[in-house]
Amino acid sequence: MTTEIKNHNGAVWVLAEQKNASLQAVSLQLTGKARLLADQLEVPMEVVLFGDNLEASAKTLIAAGADTVYLAESAELAGYQPVIYADIFVNLARTKQPDIVLMGSTCMGRELAPILAARLETGLTAHCINLVLGENNILNQQIPAYGGLISILCPARKPQMSTVAGGVFPTPELNQSRSGTIKRLEVNIAQDPRVRVVEIVKEERYEQSLDAAEFIVAGGAGTGDLEGWNTLKELSRVLNAGLGCTRPVVDEGWAELETMIGQSGKMVSPKFYLGAGLSGELQHMVGIKGAQLMIAINNDPKSPVFEQVDYGVVEDCSTFIPLLLEKLKESGLRHTSS
Amino acid sequence: MMNIVVCVKAVPDPKMADKIKIDPVTKTLVRENIDLVINPLDRNALEAALQLKKTNGAHITVLSMGPPMAGNIVKECLALGADTGILLSDRAFGGADAYATAYTLAKGIEKIGAFDVVFCGMASSDGATEWVGPQVATFLRIPVVTMVHELIEDEGADWLVRAAWEEGYRKVAIRLPALFTVARDLNQPKNLSFSGILKARKKEITSWSIDDLGVSPDSVGCKGSPTIVGDFGTLETGRSVEFLEGTAEEKAERLVQILTDSGAIA
Repeated sequence: MTTEIKNHNGAVWVLAEQKNASLQAVSLQLTGKARLLADQLEVPMEVVLFGDNLEASAKTLIAAGADTVYLAESAELAGYQPVIYADIFVNLARTKQPDIVLMGSTCMGRELAPILAARLETGLTAHCINLVLGENNILNQQIPAYGGLISILCPARKPQMSTVAGGVFPTPELNQSRSGTIKRLEVNIAQDPRVRVVEIVKEERYEQSLDAAEFIVAGGAGTGDLEGWNTLKELSRVLNAGLGCTRPVVDEGWAELETMIGQSGKMVSPKFYLGAGLSGELQHMVGIKGAQLMIAINNDPKSPVFEQVDYGVVEDCSTFIPLLLEKLKESGLRHTSS
Repeated sequence: MMNIVVCVKAVPDPKMADKIKIDPVTKTLVRENIDLVINPLDRNALEAALQLKKTNGAHITVLSMGPPMAGNIVKECLALGADTGILLSDRAFGGADAYATAYTLAKGIEKIGAFDVVFCGMASSDGATEWVGPQVATFLRIPVVTMVHELIEDEGADWLVRAAWEEGYRKVAIRLPALFTVARDLNQPKNLSFSGILKARKKEITSWSIDDLGVSPDSVGCKGSPTIVGDFGTLETGRSVEFLEGTAEEKAERLVQILTDSGAIA
């Protein structure tokens, strides 16, 4: 069965997400953005939400700008069930033919979005940092790449699908007097799916959260090796700063994926940022928003990172970080949050 | 015996990634003197297959799509212990986005024949999408789990795996044949051994073109890609840098002063 969707007056959709009985912040942010796009296109803005006990979230989504909220509600759908979610979503999308579908770059979004796009035979852009309507109302899905910003377009197929990380768009103000419609979808659990999430386990994490950190030290591959990385880690502790990293550091196995800052990782907004041994790749740099003070350490004076900071230190991390660490220890100075 | 397919991608060496630039006029990548290596997470995918081969016995086929040069990384996988290497290489495959890449790989897997498990890295270091694995599974109509950190039960046809989830993890039950995209901490990939290199010298890799796959030119490569690259722009940060002067020691002292003056430390 062919599924190419050619209706150009389709709605703007968000596939929202509820975890542990609470609506995810990124879902609200995308609803706010989708509302703006829908107003420009003069089409409805609709949200699809899976899970259990969804009524309160549906009302919040309407207050955030949704005209219609489709609910697939069942005790079996609490948590995440990829096969059932995908079947219901694909059927609904084939019937309603949305123009645009936005999803969070969450674990669910990262797994479900490509499945949905392949089944709907359409394109999907990963981890956009802006969405703008361009020529012929085609969605320009902007991503950082290779030292610049490129727009990815999906001009000939529908829906146009994007994933977006939390924090890229602002959380919209809620207007409780907005009206909207809640529509319940038929949920058929009778089948025996070949893949089933049997348990979602919450773990205690001990690292300082980057989300709220006022001072962030971030390192890249230029920290040299595991020893160099551990020196930077010590520097972050002495400074009482959060520690973030770039993709190569995760690939090397020095740090956890959760501490990766950037387009496909975390968006952060510290007051103070110190980047060491990183080249200023936009995939990383777009993850740092509105810092008062940005400093970079890199042994290459031509490194693009220096075009994006206030102060530059041209030194090798392997010698300079231990020196800086020593000076800081001598001074006894550290960050105290305001 | 279990049949395992591992999808691998030749990527520019991530350590040299900052040397790649896009030409703002032609919108093509400028990559001079950059080595192609196995995408780091695909090493973990191959290692997962090698460990299953060691414990239960398995036939491992490595599959890659890329230019003829990418054959080198398929050879490297053979030297690491894979049994068969296949490169999907054709000018018609060029310029593919994730969707067209996944479609082409799925057609390659169909041509390989019966399989129980497909392993892929959870992302590529150059493209930064994570779509190829789950989309290969979708085109093959098999179940998928992405970002797998542990194979809890990997015997028989019903597996149990641990995969990424916010603030914790999820346990997922899945029936083979299935596809898994793997995270870095699933295992520790081994390095090339001399004996492996010697053994692999006798192995040949197979190259399949568009005719071998029997697919339409409209469904692969640039033509089969729903997404296209539009405008290219630059990001203005509005900052201008002041380089710290003097000896390394003086720079460190000055940096502590800047941090103090700005209120970052006290």
